[in-house]
Amino acid sequence: MMALVATMLVLPPAIAIGWLLARKHFFGKTLLETVVSLPLVLPPVASGLILLWLFGRRSLLGRALDAAGIEVIFTWKAVVIAMMVISFPLVTRSVRAGIEQVDRRYEQIAATLGAGAFRILRTITLPLAARGIAAGAVLGFSRALGEFGATIMIAGAIPGRTRTLAVGIYTLVETGREDAAWSLLVVSALLAFGAIYLSNRLLDRRSAI
Amino acid sequence: MIALRIDITMTQGAFTLSVRDSASVEVLGVFGPSGSGKTSLLEAIAGIRTPDSGEIRVDDRTLFSSANAINLPARDRRIGYVPQDALLFPNLDVRGNIQYGARGSEFESLVGILELQALLDRRVGMLSGGEKQRVAIARALMTRPSILLLDEPLAAVDRERRDVILPYILRIRKELHVPLIYVTHDETELNSIADRVLRLRR
Repeated sequence: MMALVATMLVLPPAIAIGWLLARKHFFGKTLLETVVSLPLVLPPVASGLILLWLFGRRSLLGRALDAAGIEVIFTWKAVVIAMMVISFPLVTRSVRAGIEQVDRRYEQIAATLGAGAFRILRTITLPLAARGIAAGAVLGFSRALGEFGATIMIAGAIPGRTRTLAVGIYTLVETGREDAAWSLLVVSALLAFGAIYLSNRLLDRRSAI
Repeated sequence: MIALRIDITMTQGAFTLSVRDSASVEVLGVFGPSGSGKTSLLEAIAGIRTPDSGEIRVDDRTLFSSANAINLPARDRRIGYVPQDALLFPNLDVRGNIQYGARGSEFESLVGILELQALLDRRVGMLSGGEKQRVAIARALMTRPSILLLDEPLAAVDRERRDVILPYILRIRKELHVPLIYVTHDETELNSIADRVLRLRR
């Protein structure tokens, strides 16, 4: 459930950044690419630590949220944020690849027909990149499902509130209930298998459009 | 009749395209062997490609002028451009393609002239080469362009089946009075349609 919310929330910024990286040349592009990919190579626990600091009371953002009465750390919101940050690079990469596959000449023709940049994006680029975007969403969803490192840092493992599949398996093993852990494992393996399979199918068929 | 003034220089890869022509025409034929820059010339007029220097004027509108730092974006040029491979949007059906840039209400009459009635709900992947060209021509004309650019419209159809396109182009010329720039590497085509020919050399 939380992985689904995280995937939905991560899509708009991932599409925006993916489009920017696929279609525009600008100063600092390589820097942006690197920052976007960082959560992919950084240990998730380290990303979690950064998030913990960012949303903690010692940072500007944390204080502002605190003043507004919004609690993030150790709530379900923290889980969603952790999932978003960790899946963002995967989704962005897939969206970018999807957009790069779209023949630019369709966009140029749309421009000669009087369409502005936003209309071209909405009516031509995104529909033609739909498979790449969908594949990215599925991939991001499955990554979010398995999120452990960043989640345990900023959300802990509160049963029924902030416990994810991965965190659930870990705590079950820790408390000696291995058989329950195995059944959770089957659930998560099935979800992951289905998601990756779907994502590969979507990418495979892209040429058939 | 339309007054055209093209005086541009464009470098692409190893060679430079240099075009200079000024004329009042109904149909300007552009003739040249493949690789002589015919498509580049059309793309420069349409606003897809930017020349290195020079000027492009259609009637009293300056589309491009390096001297005056004018480079009108493609969407403000009102140039209808039909590329060689038609480039119909694959995510839209025939009707959606034709309506994409609609400015007026000539949908019915254009569909009539180009005989597209039976194709309107088809997916574009199902069309033949000649049908794609006709749909692309209708799509371009829906924007009420000041000029229509045709890039080798007969290239996508078999030599003996050229009559699936040419009569429609002649009808457009006669009934809609839209000025045309017609690009080809086949000289006999030009004799039947153009009233002035611009020759490009390699």
